[in-house]
Amino acid sequence: MTFQLFVFYVLAAILVFAAGRVITVRNPVYAALFLVLAFFTSAGIWMLLEAEFLSITLVLVYVGAVMVLFLFVVMMLDLNIAPLREGFMQYLPVGILVGLIMVIEMIFLITQRYFKADNYPIPPPSDAGYSNTEALGLLLYSEYLYQFEIAAVILLVAIVAAIALTMRKRPETRYQKPAEQINVKKEDRLRVVSMNSEKD
Amino acid sequence: MITLSHYLALGAILFCFSVVGIFLNRKNVIILLMSIELMLLSVNMNFVAFSRFLGDGAGQIFVFFILTVAAAEAAIGLAILVVLFRNRQTINVGDLDELKG
Repeated sequence: MTFQLFVFYVLAAILVFAAGRVITVRNPVYAALFLVLAFFTSAGIWMLLEAEFLSITLVLVYVGAVMVLFLFVVMMLDLNIAPLREGFMQYLPVGILVGLIMVIEMIFLITQRYFKADNYPIPPPSDAGYSNTEALGLLLYSEYLYQFEIAAVILLVAIVAAIALTMRKRPETRYQKPAEQINVKKEDRLRVVSMNSEKD
Repeated sequence: MITLSHYLALGAILFCFSVVGIFLNRKNVIILLMSIELMLLSVNMNFVAFSRFLGDGAGQIFVFFILTVAAAEAAIGLAILVVLFRNRQTINVGDLDELKG
């Protein structure tokens, strides 16, 4: 067993453990923290696959942004956990049965000859001058430029949607109306009264 | 040495965990969202593994876009969750029967 294989098995064991805890733990805060562990470990596995840029992106974007958002929301909501857990034990046997069948089917499929090592030989490690980020950037800004722009638009839509969904107007809050302020005319504010001049 | 099958098996196991998670936590929307994130992670694992073993960078580009869409999905999903909690004071899926005739 090489050192790489040993590292892979350790990381895979941690990943499977973390994934199992995410779906079984009682408290959603712990579930979010175990999901952070799962993302971190899979970033390590992607490092083994020489996908350095994506593994760093996974840590930065997922652990740094998405999971913090999850934690914020979980802590902000005042959750009553007990009713959320009902049916857990009831569905446990069926869930385990379906999961086991799916795992057996998929592993049966994977270990067939199509995915054997003869068809997919282990690629040699990249030489020292190779930069994964540079290769991805070249692909992203040349061949996949259009898709890249669409991804940017998707993120913009997500920002607008999240703000539009959560923004609410409270009736008691006073707002300025800039449009009306700009469009105000002299006649609206000023009234010229003609009156006789006063004497002495 | 680590073959392609190792990574594919790991992805399959992760995927099945997330499916079981959706089975078990049907009342809790937060855990459902987390299961979906886990599912996307397992798919990404397959993409990265195939990208490495086929020597084609397109798989990693695909993972990049999946990460983008997953981030957008998580943001919008959590926004919906917050609005839901503000209106109903609960996120129990069993209580969400407003559309029931």
